[in-house]
Amino acid sequence: MPDAPIANRTRGMGEIVEVAGKQTELAPFGRTLAELGHERPEIVGLTADMGRYSDILPFRDAHPDRFFNVGMAEQNLMMVAAGLSKVGKIAFCTTYSVFITRRAYDFVAIACAHSKANVKIFAGMPGLVNGYGATHQATEDLNMMRGIADLAVIDPCDATELKQVVRAAADIPGTVYVRNLRGKVPVELGDDYRFTFGKGQVLRAGDGRVGIIATGYMSARALEACRSTAAEGHDPSVLHLSTIKPFDAAAVLSFARDHQRLIVAENHKTTGGLTTLVIEALYEAGLHRPMTRIGLADSFFECGSQEYLEAKYGVDLPAFESAIRQDGAGAGGPT
Amino acid sequence: MTTSPATAAPSNHPPGAPDLDELRRRAFALRRKMMGMAAGKGEGYIAQGLAMADCLAALYFHEMRHDSARPDWPDRDRFLLSTGHYSIAMYAVLAEAGYMDEALLPSYGLNGSALPMSTFDETVGVEIVGGSLGHGLGQAVGMAMGLRMDGSPARAFCEFSDGELQEGSTWEAAMGAATFRCDNLVALIDCNGIQADGPVTVAIEPVADKMAAFGWDTTEVDGNDMGALVAALAGARAADGRPKAIVMRTTPGHGVPTIVARERAHFVRIADDEWDALIAELEAGNA
Repeated sequence: MPDAPIANRTRGMGEIVEVAGKQTELAPFGRTLAELGHERPEIVGLTADMGRYSDILPFRDAHPDRFFNVGMAEQNLMMVAAGLSKVGKIAFCTTYSVFITRRAYDFVAIACAHSKANVKIFAGMPGLVNGYGATHQATEDLNMMRGIADLAVIDPCDATELKQVVRAAADIPGTVYVRNLRGKVPVELGDDYRFTFGKGQVLRAGDGRVGIIATGYMSARALEACRSTAAEGHDPSVLHLSTIKPFDAAAVLSFARDHQRLIVAENHKTTGGLTTLVIEALYEAGLHRPMTRIGLADSFFECGSQEYLEAKYGVDLPAFESAIRQDGAGAGGPT
Repeated sequence: MTTSPATAAPSNHPPGAPDLDELRRRAFALRRKMMGMAAGKGEGYIAQGLAMADCLAALYFHEMRHDSARPDWPDRDRFLLSTGHYSIAMYAVLAEAGYMDEALLPSYGLNGSALPMSTFDETVGVEIVGGSLGHGLGQAVGMAMGLRMDGSPARAFCEFSDGELQEGSTWEAAMGAATFRCDNLVALIDCNGIQADGPVTVAIEPVADKMAAFGWDTTEVDGNDMGALVAALAGARAADGRPKAIVMRTTPGHGVPTIVARERAHFVRIADDEWDALIAELEAGNA
């Protein structure tokens, strides 16, 4: 049987799936950075020919004298950002995740992180948030970036968190890598949510049977799956770990102890990223829980719409629902 | 002792008429320090260090605006050593200029030393982590842009080598410097003709023509001729919207004929019992 047909209209590059009727916010990264630029004159904005597709243009329009497009030169993007930071600037720079990680890795590590340079990398189109195939899909970026010492790595959940991360990044010492979400970014978390660098947060406390540990917008999808399976009697908890490095192993252990079974979800390969970090934390603590992985295989992925790719590679809503239902524990609800 | 105001320029700035004899004496002092640091270590980047002595003397004792009493002075000129493995020359000039205690120099390259074989920016007076080649020029571009934004009179001076012209990142940075009109940036390109595996093999010449084609105001000099270096640096002060490049033809081991003549001068090997004679060669040449 053939795969599901590709939609006959292509979606804007790198916008994450809009769910009908879901609240969204336009360009939360660039709009927040533009605001922050008014408060912090030392902030500069940079892009490597990806201004339009990284949402940084609101900053350019508000602060044209502090915005630079270095062209398609990602190594130079990181060097110029490092140089600006070494004379007192805070350099926010943007391009796609793949070009930062695969192409400019040495420059992130040595020119930026090793010098603890105030460079804040907002890397677009992480994971499968892209229809351009493997060349544009950063499916191992968390693995690569967490391998660099003195580099903070953050994967925000939604527009609410992303806006807070923009502000927090300016104050986190040294180099920060953030998986940026662009376009109309869904709003999942409430106004009472507070991003805390380096800390996991329980977004939903369930009945203790199933615990979902997730990062990035997979945490939003986990919450959605909790809602869609609630009528069947399922009541999972959700631990959101937006900070991948430094990793909050204590939160993982505490959460795992309180649950019979775990689901770990990331918009990334299931090797080298969140899943690996969770396994390391549990193993070192001598704690074992049955675990289901939701994430990408160790592969290169094809072109296609995000819905098509997410369904084909098992990171869509039905994948979460299926993982929650796996042990049939929902039947009849908790007793 | 009174402390000078934080914004005041050091007494040597702006530079007046150069005292070439004094600068040559400084260059000799740098070479003498380097020979002492390298002696007994068996091998090292002494040849490149000796070749850079004239350029560093001209920068630190004439052209650059800096003050060793204020290494964090915001308006200091920045010197970026992209070839971190030339650290022996960097430490020599930092000691000669008063940034570090000369007593540290013998520890150069030893395990646990504050003076590692390649430069790291933890060392006072070192602006970047050098050594992963192709990292210097782009950072100098960023510094030049940032200094200009702040209205600072400071400039960025970036040393890099002919070997680094094989790194694509150097050319990305070269385009960027012209695009952003970094006339407060001076590239000092050490063309010594050698790289790790021997003579430079990739067709990088004509270096000066290439830099000019990339939009740089370019001069080519004998990098071991103090008068020519000082004149080229004076010619690189124009605020005309163009980045400045000085292509320096240098001789690895300059000042010590035996090292100049030694094969495989990139990472020269010298036996423990040779050093006294080599130092005598250096001193004889300065007499």
